[in-house]
Amino acid sequence: MVDLRTEIAGVRLRNPTMLASGFLDETGGSMARVFESGAGAVVTKSIGPQPREGYPNPTIVELDAGLLNAVGLPNPGIVEYAHEVKRAQKGGAVIIGSVFGKDADEFARVAAKMASYGVRAIELNLSCPHVKGAGTEIAQDAGAVRDFTRAVKDAVSLPVFPKLSPNVQDIASFAVAAEEGGADGIVAINTVKAMAIVPELKMPFLANKFGGLSGPAIRPIGVRAVYDICEKVHIPVVGVGGVGSGRDALEYIMAGACAVQVGTAIIPKGIAVFEEITKEMASLLEEAGFGSVSEAIGVAHA
Amino acid sequence: MPKFEVVPILELIRETPTTMTYRFRGDFGGQPGQFLMVWIPRYDELPMAISYLGAVKGITVHDYGDATHAFAAFSAGDRIGIRGPYGNAFRLEGEKVLAVGGGSGMASMIAAIEAFSQQGAQLVTAAGAKTAAELLFVERANASGEVHIATDDGSRGFAGFVPALAEKLVDREKFDQILTCGPERMMKAVVDLARAHKIPIQASLERYMKCGIGICDACSLDDQLVCVDGPIFTAEQLGGFEEFGKFRRDKSGRRIPA
Repeated sequence: MVDLRTEIAGVRLRNPTMLASGFLDETGGSMARVFESGAGAVVTKSIGPQPREGYPNPTIVELDAGLLNAVGLPNPGIVEYAHEVKRAQKGGAVIIGSVFGKDADEFARVAAKMASYGVRAIELNLSCPHVKGAGTEIAQDAGAVRDFTRAVKDAVSLPVFPKLSPNVQDIASFAVAAEEGGADGIVAINTVKAMAIVPELKMPFLANKFGGLSGPAIRPIGVRAVYDICEKVHIPVVGVGGVGSGRDALEYIMAGACAVQVGTAIIPKGIAVFEEITKEMASLLEEAGFGSVSEAIGVAHA
Repeated sequence: MPKFEVVPILELIRETPTTMTYRFRGDFGGQPGQFLMVWIPRYDELPMAISYLGAVKGITVHDYGDATHAFAAFSAGDRIGIRGPYGNAFRLEGEKVLAVGGGSGMASMIAAIEAFSQQGAQLVTAAGAKTAAELLFVERANASGEVHIATDDGSRGFAGFVPALAEKLVDREKFDQILTCGPERMMKAVVDLARAHKIPIQASLERYMKCGIGICDACSLDDQLVCVDGPIFTAEQLGGFEEFGKFRRDKSGRRIPA
């Protein structure tokens, strides 16, 4: 039997699959169900200080290449969200709290509140507008990535994992900035900025015009990012982007990730996808002669 | 594969002062009780029950907000985006079936009422609305079986709410299946009635949706998703839900009274 257990900065998981933020994680009932169905951990919806409705529909579009979305960070606000975390905890879920804010202070305040609910770690959604950056995201300013990470580190005693954007020149340098800010781990990658237009209607599909692409099309981009990041930092990395099978997960693991997140693959496969990935990963590792997931981490770096 | 297409509206039919039916061509199949995500360009994309199956599909829309209000001003030839069909369907089980509809809830059930009738089941429909003018699909239901009417203001048929009318019908004769769709508190009363009489029931629920495909979690009810696990749930499922008839969620995901 292959040992599938893994660990990210002290957070122990029964297997390396995690529910990616933004999928089935607005409610505690859904998070508990995903955990029960086999995920090693669940990452919450990105939660901010106040309730937010998000963008009007259409907010998602299924393309041949994957899923394009611009949902606009809808969330019930950190105060109300306590109820959802509690509900998910009743189901025994290992929960990582994803947070966002308009500045470093707000990030720190929301993260501290999230930490008080008993989550195991904090993920930072840095792909939200940077108030000082005139249209850019926090994740596109390395200095902001470092400072925001430090602000949250100072506010909580949990591991902190900034989630990095692929929409930058050199993602590894952002991972280095996060590490300088005290990050305990890196999550990579967030969605790739993209757009779809409906020719019959002569307009963009999404109400927000552009959005983020996820799914199989971005897996090679994510694998490359994780590989690069692992060459530059000493903290653990969680790979995300287009994982839908055990084989996909192993690409990230061998690039250096110690766990993977899964989201878009839920559309074709349902929440059974977590168990499916785990089983396939175990048999592939066994065939290749590995006794555990941890032995396979980073083996592609020769 | 993505299931999105842009279709021109062939015909608009004013059903009641607040509901309009839109017909369009769509060769995507579909079963009674399923829904489509309908994009009203420049306004919104909303889940809507399929009220006509076949080659020329139909949706019947209750005008309740900005987008549906704008939609009511559309004309034949205007184009809409549709994706689906999504969700589960009514199981066509039962020889003697009672359909209990409240207001525009009839739009979700009418295709099932017709399908049940076509396969030989005996259908009794209890249709309720605020006023006689707001009654929906009474003639279509009449063509598929017996129809009883309830109006809140007593302007036609039984004066009162439709669950009270349904209770009279259930006391009078024996049914082996109940379908219901309408305001959630109305459905709660019908589900309680079915449970008390030990009659299987299928209730079609409505929730705010973003994706329609089981990922955004906006439409969840306890740990079930109305878009992929529903919209049709049985009494056994509903009995385990803490939120049915009590809470729904707003666009931010906050729980608000149903």
